[in-house]
Amino acid sequence: MSAIAAAVGIDALGSWFDRHPRLTTALRWLGWATVGVLAYVVLILLYGKSPLHAFHEIWANTLSSRYGLQDVAVRMTPLLFAALAVTIPARIGQVNVGGEGQIFAGGAGAAWVALTFTSWPAWLLLPAMALGGMLGGGIWAGIAGFLKARGWLSEVFSTVLMNYIAILAVSALVFGPWRDPTSSNYPQSRELVHAARLPHLGASRVDITIFAALGLIVAFDWLLHRTRWGLEIRAIGGNPYAALRNGIPVSRYIIVAMFVGGALAGLAGMGQLSALQFRLNPGLSASFGYMGFLISWLAGHNPRLIVPMAFLLAVLASSGDILQISQGLPSAIVTVLSATLMMIVLLARAGRRAT
Amino acid sequence: MSAAALASIVAITLALTPSVLYATFGEIVGQRAGIVNLGIEGVMLIGASVGFAVGVVTGNSYLGLLAGAVAGVVFNLLLAMLVIGRGTNQLASGFALYFLGGGISMLIGAKYIGRNLGGLAQISIPGLSGLPSPWDQIFRQDVLVWLMVPIAFALWWLLFRTRWGLKLRAVGEDKNFSFAAGVHTRRVQCQALAVAGGLYGLAGAELVLAYTKTWQDWGTAGRGFVAIAIVILALWHPVRAIFGALLFSAAVAVGIQLQAQGSPISPFILDMLPYVVTIAIVLIWGRPKAFTVPAGLREVFAGTSK
Repeated sequence: MSAIAAAVGIDALGSWFDRHPRLTTALRWLGWATVGVLAYVVLILLYGKSPLHAFHEIWANTLSSRYGLQDVAVRMTPLLFAALAVTIPARIGQVNVGGEGQIFAGGAGAAWVALTFTSWPAWLLLPAMALGGMLGGGIWAGIAGFLKARGWLSEVFSTVLMNYIAILAVSALVFGPWRDPTSSNYPQSRELVHAARLPHLGASRVDITIFAALGLIVAFDWLLHRTRWGLEIRAIGGNPYAALRNGIPVSRYIIVAMFVGGALAGLAGMGQLSALQFRLNPGLSASFGYMGFLISWLAGHNPRLIVPMAFLLAVLASSGDILQISQGLPSAIVTVLSATLMMIVLLARAGRRAT
Repeated sequence: MSAAALASIVAITLALTPSVLYATFGEIVGQRAGIVNLGIEGVMLIGASVGFAVGVVTGNSYLGLLAGAVAGVVFNLLLAMLVIGRGTNQLASGFALYFLGGGISMLIGAKYIGRNLGGLAQISIPGLSGLPSPWDQIFRQDVLVWLMVPIAFALWWLLFRTRWGLKLRAVGEDKNFSFAAGVHTRRVQCQALAVAGGLYGLAGAELVLAYTKTWQDWGTAGRGFVAIAIVILALWHPVRAIFGALLFSAAVAVGIQLQAQGSPISPFILDMLPYVVTIAIVLIWGRPKAFTVPAGLREVFAGTSK
């Protein structure tokens, strides 16, 4: 900021910025937020629609109505898990781009439990499904963590490639051995028994996994700042070589962090299956894994910021559907906007680090 | 396996290779200059959508290729702006580029879903294309297939036998040292990213103009990510990259051929083959030896949490 002020020759303004660093930071973020809103406005204008009308439509259908708020909460749930799945490995310098595949692997694990032990009561079946989901996603990410820890293959590439494998594997399952013989036209598994369905809040569409996600975020924040594990995680994140020299088992942390991250993504898959869709199908995740990656980076891998960022992207995703239905705008606009948002935040952070 | 099946696998392999190989070429140039681009897929999609749109509108697929390459250059310079201009994290910026490119390509391609075009002309090798029936198809391919080897050697010459290449590799090894030695590091990196972007765009445009000949959202199906894996396998060398790209494409081609023959294996399992093969091959052969990795890349992968 002060550099800009100096560049345009307003020295007084420059020194004012220097004397108020916090206010300057707030101003910079406000500036970048304005850029974000402007990007949205320009996109809508490009399609010849009225931005004001669109914003009113979004407001009316997301935050100011009961149904809209529920929709945002439902969309937010998998995003919270997926973001945490990126954040936990990221704190020790691991880039988990495989949230999407881990969601599918977790969904498959949970579906296997639900389709196999159909006679179990809900109190036994639901935890077993959660375990299946966590194992599915955890093992999927753990493989990548193992390859990285041995120094064989960077997790950046293995997780991305394993996304494609997991999604195709779920397709192979629901087109093949798990296919519901009674549904002839749409590839999907048999419907889950009622005991395998997660309870919802009252009559709403919001299920209880959102509390699990919020609880896990609080737990991770606590672990990070109040336990020895957290101290060691922060040590590895700060300087892996120094951590290694101080006797911290970095390789083990890498495998465990990837496993835990994948397990949480797997829970998102279990939630989608057990609370919303009730059948395993190739549409289990609508890019939640990739959105989680965006959210974690938007939040700077700070668990406390995951919730507001996930909320923001959930509203954005919800608004995309609304604009598609009411204004006929293509849904890809949301993808473009999310990416723009991420670039803006990366730019804003880079600016802060430089000064 | 019958001769017809074998010939068809070889022909499909060759036809599929450029869409991976040119992206790999681009990534080799970029990584040699010290920049990892996770957003190849996005740039390829931009190149593909622009190339397809221009190909349909003008009716000339070569113009489409050109437009795809130009669009790739422009779009990849966005990464240059972020990473070189403002020093943002390379991996995260690349990923944002992937998302942005995918989104924009969907907006561009929406008008062209269901449209077909003639595609790039197939060029026959005189003499060899006169072979008896199953074998002749191998030698009828588009221009970018025949240019794969010449371009690989041209890039090798550019990177290892010119002053520019020396500067570029020096920047990739140690930016600060190169800067101290008087190299304009940012300019060199921008030039590298421009060249890389053109190659990504070309790869994407080739895929839709010569192979699929229709527009499909996210149609590159992970080729950009596979390209990054092949770079490791190829030890950052353009000529070696040809073998990696051929291997990936052969895995796709075998899957296609088995499906065409009505194999009892699930088509989805066959579709997994190229990704599994890529990971397996990198694990077997691609353990990067310390001296082949451009040293500047270590900085990118270390401390990626910031």
